[in-house]
Amino acid sequence: MSANLNVSVILPELILVGFAMLVMILDMVGTDERPTGRTLLPWLALVGVAVAGLVCIQQYSQPAASFQGGAVSDHFALGLRLIILVATGLGILLSASYIPRINKQVGEYYALLLLCAAGMTMMGAATDLMVVFVALEILSLALYILCGLNRESPRSSEASMKYFLLGAFSSAFFVYGAALIYGAAGSTQYDEIAKALAGGNSNLALLYPGIALLLVGFGFKVSLVPFHMWTPDVYQGAPTPVTAFMSVGTKAAAFAAFIRVLVIALPAQQPSWGWALAIMAILTMTLGNLAALRQSSLKRMLAYSSIAHAGYVLVGIVAGTSEGADAALFYLFTYAFMNIGAFAVVIMLEKANEGDALQNRAAGIGQRWPWLALAMAIFMFSLSGVPPLAGFFGKLFVFKAAVDGGWAWLAVIGMLNSAIGAYYYLRVTVSMYFEKPGAETLSQRSTWSALSIGLAVAAIFTVLIGILPGMWTALFTGGLTGLGG
Amino acid sequence: MIPTSYYLLLGAIIFIIGALGVLTRRSALIIFMCVEMMLNSVNLTLIALSRQWGNLNGQIFVFMIMAVAAAEVAVGLAIVISHNRHTNTTNIDEINLLKW
Repeated sequence: MSANLNVSVILPELILVGFAMLVMILDMVGTDERPTGRTLLPWLALVGVAVAGLVCIQQYSQPAASFQGGAVSDHFALGLRLIILVATGLGILLSASYIPRINKQVGEYYALLLLCAAGMTMMGAATDLMVVFVALEILSLALYILCGLNRESPRSSEASMKYFLLGAFSSAFFVYGAALIYGAAGSTQYDEIAKALAGGNSNLALLYPGIALLLVGFGFKVSLVPFHMWTPDVYQGAPTPVTAFMSVGTKAAAFAAFIRVLVIALPAQQPSWGWALAIMAILTMTLGNLAALRQSSLKRMLAYSSIAHAGYVLVGIVAGTSEGADAALFYLFTYAFMNIGAFAVVIMLEKANEGDALQNRAAGIGQRWPWLALAMAIFMFSLSGVPPLAGFFGKLFVFKAAVDGGWAWLAVIGMLNSAIGAYYYLRVTVSMYFEKPGAETLSQRSTWSALSIGLAVAAIFTVLIGILPGMWTALFTGGLTGLGG
Repeated sequence: MIPTSYYLLLGAIIFIIGALGVLTRRSALIIFMCVEMMLNSVNLTLIALSRQWGNLNGQIFVFMIMAVAAAEVAVGLAIVISHNRHTNTTNIDEINLLKW
């Protein structure tokens, strides 16, 4: 174990945490009577995200140094940071006018969002089970609070309660799994674990239960079937910008940590966890898609669709190749734009104080709000995987990784599933353009500038990644390395 | 010296009792206590393994878990109180506004 303390490895996280503190302090300066300064807080948070992003880009040229063997900043970690920062930036844009309506303490919201982002980015950089655990809890604790942010709404606090109880339960499984793997390998560091397990004389009675418990813990965070029960409830109850942020951020962060554990620390056990993941992938895709078919609430539909998407990402991981890891990360990158974009449209469609929108709110908006309908159509087509949009290439690379790794039949099941998925995404699009506006249809649209910017950015990138996929995949190739430095 | 496997077995038993408690109890507070029990069983496991391997990783891990558990209590109780203001109950069977 090298004893060097190279702080620059976690510099983006430090910047995010620093800006979180700054936001909290500035929030106390303003008073309730004169809240003018508080309208600047989202922009300050956005600056923090941008600065962290610049540091990440700067680190691209000099990757992989170790933070006492606990973290690396290889391309994989930087790729994940990029995804999280995109999700956070878009999340802030979505929240700028939404959060003041439901909660007066806007400062704590942005501080929590930034802290949560710091935990998420740390998940991808961590190369030690201890660091992963702490990062997981940083993001989870912040999210529990964010879900219950709307204290006036019983649904919001119920979502928070459910997420908290099940989340704490699942972290106990995760940490027990980590403890047992430590017992089998004698270290919590990934490359040391891999070294110890390659010898083949480890205690299998500790190792296999350990891996299984780790799968349960991660499976909960990325909402794999059968650990998905909380997802629709929490996504529906939480304030919509929080749902948008967490649906992408948590998933990306937990998948990144998951991939790194499996590929770096446990490659020798791939034959056993590969099958477990394959079965979970099939269940997750199928159940998510079938349940999404019969939802009337847009938020619940997107929640089930996010379960299905977790299944697609899992298809790429099953083979345990570094090509699959890159593909999964690229998938999550495309998913960040299209899914947050779709939630941005839901925010537009929401009635004030309702926190949710039924599908008939979208009926006929094609005639009334052509730009909004166009954006929603782009997101829906992209989510269902229609070329040449971002979502298509995400799916393409994930399935290709599975085929190259010798899991062609799993890729076929994935493709069949995206055909099922296309049905409910296209149903929304059809109702936007071909149905007459009904009594429930969105009639008045308030002018929400920040939200519109977020929506436009998401839509533009969804198209752009689809047109020039090569430019973006370059960011996510050859990412995973062991410990350098 | 007591063999490590005894500690691991005790840890596993406490963990299972905690997990069963989470699944069967109806009060949010007791569920929460059961989760804490699970975390403590992990602590016991880690300390035993740390002694077995003769390195400090396990013991450091325990400190991390204790710190996290303390933070979790602060957040968790706040959430329970906030929810209690709406429903006047901590019974999770009455958490049923959102249904799958």
